[in-house]
Amino acid sequence: MEQIYLDYAATSPAHPRVIKAMQPYYFAQFGNPSSIHTCGQQSRAAVEEARSKIAAFIGSGKEEIVFTSSGTEANNFALKGIAWANRKRGNHIIISSIEHHASLESCRFLEKQGFDISYLPVDEYGMVDPGSVKNSLKPETILMSVMHANNEVGTFQPVVEIGAIARQAGVYFHCDAVQTLGQVPVNVGRMNVDLLSVSAHKLYGPKGVGALFIRKGTTISPLLHGGGQERGLRASTENLPGIVGFGAAVEIAGSEMENESRRLCRLRDQLIRGIMDDIEGIRLNGHPVARLPNNVNVSIRCVEGESVVLNLDFEGICASTGSACTSSSLEPSHVLMAMGLSPELAHGSLRLTLGKWTTSAHIERLLEVLPGIVSRLRAMSPLTISGKEAG
Amino acid sequence: MGEVNSLYSEQVMDHFHNPRNAGGMENPDGTGRVGNPICGDIMELYIRVNNGIITEARFKTLGCGAAIATSSMVTEMVRGLPIEEALQISNKAVAEALGGLPSVKMHCSMLAEEALKAAIEDYYHKCGHVNTV
Repeated sequence: MEQIYLDYAATSPAHPRVIKAMQPYYFAQFGNPSSIHTCGQQSRAAVEEARSKIAAFIGSGKEEIVFTSSGTEANNFALKGIAWANRKRGNHIIISSIEHHASLESCRFLEKQGFDISYLPVDEYGMVDPGSVKNSLKPETILMSVMHANNEVGTFQPVVEIGAIARQAGVYFHCDAVQTLGQVPVNVGRMNVDLLSVSAHKLYGPKGVGALFIRKGTTISPLLHGGGQERGLRASTENLPGIVGFGAAVEIAGSEMENESRRLCRLRDQLIRGIMDDIEGIRLNGHPVARLPNNVNVSIRCVEGESVVLNLDFEGICASTGSACTSSSLEPSHVLMAMGLSPELAHGSLRLTLGKWTTSAHIERLLEVLPGIVSRLRAMSPLTISGKEAG
Repeated sequence: MGEVNSLYSEQVMDHFHNPRNAGGMENPDGTGRVGNPICGDIMELYIRVNNGIITEARFKTLGCGAAIATSSMVTEMVRGLPIEEALQISNKAVAEALGGLPSVKMHCSMLAEEALKAAIEDYYHKCGHVNTV
C-alpha cells in the first residue's frame, strides 16, 4: 500500500536536492567552522553562504541571522533572551494564547521568574485582534509575540498591524514564522518584526536546524554560553550539514514557492469542499480565506480525533488531531479551545496538511476512505449528530 | 504500520479495528454510562443478566483507540461470568488482556471498569437489589 502523507505541518521530508547539498559536509568537508586551517575555513564559507541565502529570503541583513538547533530553540531564545536582557526596562510580555507550546511554555517559565504575561484571546477563526494587543500594553511591556500563521488551524495573524503597534510603543515584536517560511513570502521589514523564528524541516530541509532573526540593535541575552560562535549569541559548534541543508531548502523554496502555493491552495480547497460535501456534521476550523495554503482542519461531530487518525493510518494515510488523549492533561488543543470550540468538537478535530508530494489522487483517496471511517465510528458512538442520544 | 511501529499493541489494534459486541442492546438489564466530553471519552455499556450470570454485554463508545479497544475487551471478558466475579474485573486486568496500554492511556481502561460497575449497579437498582457496587 502506498503511504499518503498528509502531515506536512508536523514535518516534511528533506528534498533530495537538500540531501545532496548536505552530503559533502559529513565527510569530505567536515571541518569546524571555527578552525583557522583551510579545512575549517571551507566550512566557515559554507555556513556563511547558507546564512546569506536565508537572510536574502527573509529580507534581513546577514549578520541578523543566528542559527539554532530548532524552531523551539529559536522561540525560547527570543522570549527568554529578550526578557532577561531587558528586565530593567520592564517585566511585561504580551503573547497570543494560540502560540506554539515552545513559546507558551517559555512564557510560563518566565512567569515563575516574576514576569507578567498577558495572553491575548482570538476570535472564532483563531485570529488575534490588533485592538486587544493595543489594550494590553502597559508601561512595563518589553515584548510581544504573535505567530505568523497558526500551526494547527492555519490562520494568518495580522502581524503587520501588530508589528506597527509594537514599533510605536517601543516594544520588541517577536514572530514565530516556522509554519509560513517557504509557503508564503516572509519579509522582516514588511512585517515590522524585531525577532523571527524559522525552522528548516518544515520546508524540506533537515531536522535539527532553525534560526532566529534578531534585528540589529536588539538587546538580547544568549541561552548558550561557550566558545563564542554566532557572534557570541549562540555558543556551540555549528551544525554544518544542517545549516547547508537549510540554505539549500530556502533556495529551492525561493524558486518554487509561488507556483507551489497556488497548487496547494487548489488542493486544499478541493479537500475542504470534498469533506464538507461528503460528510455531515463538519466544522471547518480556522479562517476560510486567511489560511495557510497547505492547511485543512475540521472537527467531525460525534467522533474522536485519535480514532480517525488510527483508522486513516490503517489505510496508509498519515494525519493528525488536536485531541490530546495522550497528553497528561487530557485537555484538547489549546488553540481550538481558545477559538471557543466545545471540548467535544476539539476532541473531534482532524488536521490534514499538504506539501510538495501531495497529489490530487491523494486527496481523492482521502475523500474515498474518510466518510466510511466516520460513519463506522459514529455507529459505535453513544452520541448522534442530530443531538439525540442513540439507543 | 502494524505491529512493529504502532502506538498500541497488536491486540489493541485488533479490538480497535474489529470491535467485539459494538452497538446498542434492546432492553438491557443494566446500562452504565461513564466518561465525559471534556476528556473526550464517553462509554456506554449494556448487560443482559440471567440467573445472576452476565450472558451478553455490548457497548457504544466515543473515544480514542484505547477507549474503543478496552470497551470491546471488557464486553468479551464479562460474558458468562457471575455478577460477583464480573465486579472483580479491574482496569489493569482489561489492559493486560489487551497486551498492555501505553502509560498515558491507562486512564482509558478505568473507563471500562467504571462502565461495567455502573451497568451492574443499574441492574441491581432495576431489580430492587439491596446491594450496591
